[in-house]
Amino acid sequence: MSNLVEIRWHGRGGQGAKTASLLLADAAFNTGKYIQGFPEYGPERMGAPITAYNRISDEPITIHSNIYEPDYVVVVDESLLESVDVTAGLKENGAIVINTKKEPDEVRGLLKGYNGKVCTIDAKTISIETLGAYFPNTPMLAAIIKVSGIMNEQDFLNDMVDSFKHKFAKKPEVIDGNMEALKRALNEVKGL
Amino acid sequence: MNKCKSIRERLSGNEAVANAMRQINPDVVAAFPITPSTEIPQYFSTFVNNGTVDTEFVPVESEHSAMSACVGASSAGGRVMTATSANGLSLMWEIIYIASSLRLPIVMACVNRAVSGPLNIHNDHSDSMGVRDSGWIQLYSETNQEAYDNMIMANRIAEHVDVHLPLMVCYDGFITSHSIENIELIDDESVKAFVGDYHPEHFLLNRDEPIAMGPLDVQPYLFEHKFQQGYAMKKAKDVILEVSKEFEEMTGRKYGLFEEYKMEDAEMAIVVLNSTAGTAKYTIDRLREKGMKVGLVKPRVYRPFPVYEIANALKNCKAIAVLDKADSLNGAGGPLYTDVTSAMYTSNITSPKVVNYIYGIGGRDVRSTDIEKVYNDLRYIIDTGDMGTPYRYLGLKG
Repeated sequence: MSNLVEIRWHGRGGQGAKTASLLLADAAFNTGKYIQGFPEYGPERMGAPITAYNRISDEPITIHSNIYEPDYVVVVDESLLESVDVTAGLKENGAIVINTKKEPDEVRGLLKGYNGKVCTIDAKTISIETLGAYFPNTPMLAAIIKVSGIMNEQDFLNDMVDSFKHKFAKKPEVIDGNMEALKRALNEVKGL
Repeated sequence: MNKCKSIRERLSGNEAVANAMRQINPDVVAAFPITPSTEIPQYFSTFVNNGTVDTEFVPVESEHSAMSACVGASSAGGRVMTATSANGLSLMWEIIYIASSLRLPIVMACVNRAVSGPLNIHNDHSDSMGVRDSGWIQLYSETNQEAYDNMIMANRIAEHVDVHLPLMVCYDGFITSHSIENIELIDDESVKAFVGDYHPEHFLLNRDEPIAMGPLDVQPYLFEHKFQQGYAMKKAKDVILEVSKEFEEMTGRKYGLFEEYKMEDAEMAIVVLNSTAGTAKYTIDRLREKGMKVGLVKPRVYRPFPVYEIANALKNCKAIAVLDKADSLNGAGGPLYTDVTSAMYTSNITSPKVVNYIYGIGGRDVRSTDIEKVYNDLRYIIDTGDMGTPYRYLGLKG
């Protein structure tokens, strides 16, 4: 199953890391993939570190454990870099994507000697400028699509516009902002 | 049986099971929320509110009342479903036995979770294993797909004239209940045609045949009634196979009493229930590439227990590990181990070495490396002839 891609999300309760993992699963499902999207349920509360996972494959996925050697890691909250071993098991030929204003070289020192690709994205600025509030999961979703290359960017955008139309049926005014957040994130990932 | 339309979807186990219940459209659902089964009555109550189903939804104040309401509604002649987990099932305990002894074909989704204490909301099988001798049929499910498929077959099995027993569909809390995965749903019309209407032979609301349900059953009678319950449980095995055959004709998905994975030439086998079987398959594929003759037997039907069939499936193995996600705390082994070894002895199959691992208790994650360790242990047993202690733990912190 060499085409199996495994992704681990690190966020804090309330930031939408779980939702982002489910949106990524949806998007990959819509391009014909087999998917898993699941959070690691702990003693959940706002602000507590949480972990969520994705498996994406061209073939049925039978394994049902957490992910210990991910291809990609997404860090939704950069304050976790100090308290959580975010690169644990991360493959050197994979990549980590971190939500921060900093350049990749500025955060590499916090990654316990990880030698693989380090990417950063300023999801906060993108979110505030496009959505008027801090919802980092939308730009982080686009950032992982960009970094992992698991699907065609245009297919992803087409799928997301359909998904937002469904999700925001009662407040269509936010669709454009969310799409703008995705497009900007696709273009503003650093360290590729 | 006509072929159904297959609808490619991605759903969590609980979403899939709630959708099965929507398609079945039972007369009554009575439930009380408890993690991780809560979403089932939550989603289902939305279907009730939207008018998607015409079920009478009874939001009770406890699980004892939930099962009591199920018994009342089923006795009256209704098709009845519920869902629960862990301590919810514990609180139903008294009425669980009433349901099976009154021969009421109530269908329950049992979303497996550790029974307190200490308090833990995560997955193991201590809840359903606790009621394994209560007279309910138990079907176990590896994936959201199997949970859904088992639910679609459940009423047909439970309501069959030769059976008339309650049935619980078990699947792993969070691992299956809350994970989004691919699934093939059956179109509504095909489910409706497959499940059919429920016409009980005897029921309380039949004014042409006044009957009593649940009166005192003293020395001259109770023994025979218990014999009949046991006889129905034996008959259930054939009915499960018949219904599964029809289901296969409709969907192309084959279900038996248990699933065998790469057992044709297996020297070493694991016997395990639910989601861990998937992790075992993943591991088996990798170990087979290295030339290890490893296989899996995954029981689907745990009650009735397929004694001779399962023993026969294991007879050519040299070493077998039975994995239990519940400890019997008897100082000797878990419930599945006891049943498997008993089945083998009863079938006069005594040459394989059979060991037991208690694993995954309270949601302890089970990795492919854990499964690999078990097969390596079995290899050691075969190579040295040294079985060591048969009652072991997997993934326990040292």
